[in-house]
Amino acid sequence: MNTWIAIGATALGCYAVKLAGLLVPAGALEKPLVRRLAALLPVALLAALTAQQTFADGRALVVDARLAGVAAAAVVLVLRAPFLLVVAAAVVVTAGVRAMGG
Amino acid sequence: MAEQTAVADIGADGEKADSAVVRDALGVGVAVGLSGFAFGVTSAGSGLSLLQSCALSLLVFTGASQFALVGALAAGGNPLTAAAGAFFLGVRNAFYGLRLSQVLALPRVLRPFAAQWVIDETTAVTLAQPSRRSARIGFGVTGLSLYVLWNLTTLLGALGAKAIGDTDAWGLDAAGPAVFLALLAPMLKTPVERAVAGLAVVLGLGLLPVLPAGVPVLVAALAAPAVLFLEGRRRQAPRNDALRNDAQEEDR
Repeated sequence: MNTWIAIGATALGCYAVKLAGLLVPAGALEKPLVRRLAALLPVALLAALTAQQTFADGRALVVDARLAGVAAAAVVLVLRAPFLLVVAAAVVVTAGVRAMGG
Repeated sequence: MAEQTAVADIGADGEKADSAVVRDALGVGVAVGLSGFAFGVTSAGSGLSLLQSCALSLLVFTGASQFALVGALAAGGNPLTAAAGAFFLGVRNAFYGLRLSQVLALPRVLRPFAAQWVIDETTAVTLAQPSRRSARIGFGVTGLSLYVLWNLTTLLGALGAKAIGDTDAWGLDAAGPAVFLALLAPMLKTPVERAVAGLAVVLGLGLLPVLPAGVPVLVAALAAPAVLFLEGRRRQAPRNDALRNDAQEEDR
């Protein structure tokens, strides 16, 4: 039930902001500070999420095979590979390190 | 009925063949649409049911928010805290919508339907087009191909996760952070973005052991206003010549 509450809240919220962008008259959100904040907010969230999902085990921080996978993804990103390859690199390297007992 | 916004037509000079637009749009739609597989697997591996995973892709349809939500739920977060993190990630779509509504000039009745497709990829393809016609084709083709594939691959991924059992053994728990990293990397253009990312990482990891699940991410989001504030103070210093006119009245 809790999961459905989270799904419902996320679906409503995300749809509302998408629609708001299309309906709100241009200019209403065009203040420079608002624009800058909107551009930087995902940077902060994505950075924190990347780090947490790489190192978090419950509420503890650990270094395990995921770090190798995410590092591989970073290398592939620097090589400007497509999105799908980046994700594949992370998955394959993580699985490989685990298979070797890492 | 078709009410146009007051943007001048983008022009007949920069025409681009419809087939070229369709090809570009399909390239993005197919590549990213296929990664719904990673979402389906991650979602099922996080303990969501098949129906819940598919509902997320159908109704939320913005990848980063979906990954963030299932990650937060798997970590045992409160549902509303988890939804808040996913929601804040989705706020950027409002700003995409602002740009898109000027470029596409959609009739008002169509906007509630078009809204669900206002995401990173459709925006990138649409804004890269030289004319309104190609922008509309780009938006439509990217949106449709991505929506159909993303939902189909979510279903397959969630089914596949059940079949393969322990998703961690297959390294699939690394898919989520890799997706976030791939979305983040192109945003790290200037020292300001890098400072925000660095501070957010420190906050997100540092607070993880001491705050309830899901809350550290929300606190880490404060890195954005914090760095903006510090940057604003630095701009007051006399040597801010390289900064553009939007610096004028950020009085914080």
